[in-house]
Amino acid sequence: MSEMIKITYREALKAGIREALTNDERVFLMGEDVGRYGGAFAVSKGLLQEFGEDRVMDVPLSESGFVGAGIGASLAGMKPIVEVMTVNFGLLPMDQIVNNAATMLHMSGGQINVPVVIRMSCGIGKQLAAQHSHSWEPLFAHIPGLVVLSVGTHEDARGMLHTALEHPDPVIIFEYTSMLNREAEIPADAGPMDISLAKVRREGKDISIITYGIGVHKSMEAAEKLAEQGIDAEVIDLRVLRPLDEKCFLESVVKTHRALLVEEAWGSINVSSEVSARIMEKAFFDLDAPVKRLGGVEVPIPYPLHLENASVPQVDDIVNAVIKILRP
Amino acid sequence: MTDFKMPSLGADMEAGTLVEWRKKPGDLLQPGDIIAEVDTQKGLIEIEVFEGGILDKYLIEVGDKVPVGTPMASLRPEGTTGVPAKEVKEQVHPIQEKEKPEEAQATEHSEKVNIPSKEKLSEEKSFKDKPSEETSSEEKLSEEKHRIKISPLARTIAEKNRLDLSGITGTGEGGAIIKADVEKAMAAKKEEKHEETLEKKIEEQVPERPVKEQKTTEPAAAGISPQESIRKAVAAAMSLSNREIPHYYLEKRIDMLKALTWLKETNQQREISARLMPAVLFIKAVAKAIDSAPALNAVWENGLQLKNEINIGFVVSLRSGGILVPAIKNADLKSTDEIMISLNDIIPRARAMRLRSSELSESTITLTSLGENGADKVFGVIYPPQVAIVGFGSIIDEPVVQKGMLAFRPVVHVTLAGDHRATDGLTGSRFLEALNNHLQNPETL
Repeated sequence: MSEMIKITYREALKAGIREALTNDERVFLMGEDVGRYGGAFAVSKGLLQEFGEDRVMDVPLSESGFVGAGIGASLAGMKPIVEVMTVNFGLLPMDQIVNNAATMLHMSGGQINVPVVIRMSCGIGKQLAAQHSHSWEPLFAHIPGLVVLSVGTHEDARGMLHTALEHPDPVIIFEYTSMLNREAEIPADAGPMDISLAKVRREGKDISIITYGIGVHKSMEAAEKLAEQGIDAEVIDLRVLRPLDEKCFLESVVKTHRALLVEEAWGSINVSSEVSARIMEKAFFDLDAPVKRLGGVEVPIPYPLHLENASVPQVDDIVNAVIKILRP
Repeated sequence: MTDFKMPSLGADMEAGTLVEWRKKPGDLLQPGDIIAEVDTQKGLIEIEVFEGGILDKYLIEVGDKVPVGTPMASLRPEGTTGVPAKEVKEQVHPIQEKEKPEEAQATEHSEKVNIPSKEKLSEEKSFKDKPSEETSSEEKLSEEKHRIKISPLARTIAEKNRLDLSGITGTGEGGAIIKADVEKAMAAKKEEKHEETLEKKIEEQVPERPVKEQKTTEPAAAGISPQESIRKAVAAAMSLSNREIPHYYLEKRIDMLKALTWLKETNQQREISARLMPAVLFIKAVAKAIDSAPALNAVWENGLQLKNEINIGFVVSLRSGGILVPAIKNADLKSTDEIMISLNDIIPRARAMRLRSSELSESTITLTSLGENGADKVFGVIYPPQVAIVGFGSIIDEPVVQKGMLAFRPVVHVTLAGDHRATDGLTGSRFLEALNNHLQNPETL
């Protein structure tokens, strides 16, 4: 094992961006307030001073415009990292993303790839109210032609960007506002992470908790609590929401025979819906209990803290749901 | 409160005479307990209960002859007290039947042949069904119970092990049977089997009580000899079969050299009492071949109903004429040694006409083997409601062409009679091919 260092999620993201800017001259960062202000969440603080205005670019408040510019730059041979401040503004460039980035390869008969990387901060921030607390991963995961990543761990925060920049097709990276200040240990020499596989974050034999994003650390905590009660839960981090690495979670379900799907996105027609359907299609005869889902409550996310907490699955909800499945 | 009814021990059984109660009112009954001995056309049969409970009240008396389906005793769930005396009175006893000339004849010979008329029975039923909240909720319950809730995984395991799901209590969501429940049931079944074989061994050591021997030689029904009554039973079943089942026939010649060589080698190392007969290989090979054609292990009752357990009915000819077909239960799960033990147990009891109700009613496919020095081939008649019968002729030497050369080999002609409503020749053909393969690998049986 190499030496471990303690690092925040924010620092890990920044280290990833910094490395990309250092290693490849075609890489540049563009987005609202990424330069002089240092990023709305201070992820890119100091990068403008280090790399200059050509590499770290503030853009006007027009998501449709600057995401379109990013797509164009990638077509011209550049490697743009486009930051959309949060997924809440992600509907504005949706037309650029869906109709240009995601379709170009198909419509050019396979001639034109769009190697753009779009980062968005996602999920509940802490009392930012309904319009600034969205978990819209499922909206983007729905679209063929995109690669959609969910950064649920510090290692992935550090290493997913590198691999995303190497990908020939548009990659959307979801980072989580509420995790920015979280500290965790990663290897000092942590580097590129793959962007095609789901990962078993904790091995177990009694049930598969399948999740992504913020759900990962919540599920890990829940698994520890469950272990105290003699329940050995496996935690799967999907990591890649499109295309799904179904082999990983199907193998897990075949082993544990039960599954709980956890995510913060609204409960209906979310990523869990798809995972559940695939389990039913491909591992039905290995199921010993109905697949259950824990998703966000289907309301606009409330402002008051206690209601905000109640609107998405918490550690205790996961613990209780698992117990209910295993000991009905 | 449930009624224990005169069971049917085959499509040919119409009625039975109660000879002896083995349990008293107040006794706790476990599924599989023998509640009574009943005289039938197939001899004196020990009747088992399939539902547990407490024996509440006899509904017929020793000596009564009642049709199949007649309530014989009422059972109440464990932990409840008896019903009020008033209600008990309303349980109607079988009444004298004088309309049917056949039965009337029998009455002349015996004072105690009581047959309830069908009208009376239905009256009784409608009386009991008089609307009350309890019965309607009970009906609802039984309706719900009808569908077994089980997880896909548990079902897969149960099917693989041919486990009967009725009687398993589910502990999953909504009472669904889950893997753990199935595994528990399988462990219990294993233990039960172990106990059964132990019991049998003990039974074998204890000579049968002379009183019982006497009973078996007694006429099955008053005025009719056991030979006659067996003949009647065979006649009824076979007529029904011939009338209703469109048979198709297939035949395959199977080389027995490997099987006989293996048998000879195995038997040389064994005590005489533990030696295997070719019939054991036939039974085991049939049981295994069913995997390739599960539709043959079934009954035709309102359509084809596949059976999970493989219980092979083995035709036993009685010296006095007639046949009985006791089941070798779960033949696919038994080793060849265990099948031999079963045969040694069941054949003498069949010949003494002392079989248990489950042994006569639970076969899922029949096997008839003519043994040595018999006919070369046998084309069976299916025993309803089953859908197939496999026939083994004598093992004989025949010229066989092998690699362009003529050779003599011991062969057996195996036939399959199948119910063409249920399966087609292709299924049967697949079965015979699988049977051949299994008999070419006797050591794996």
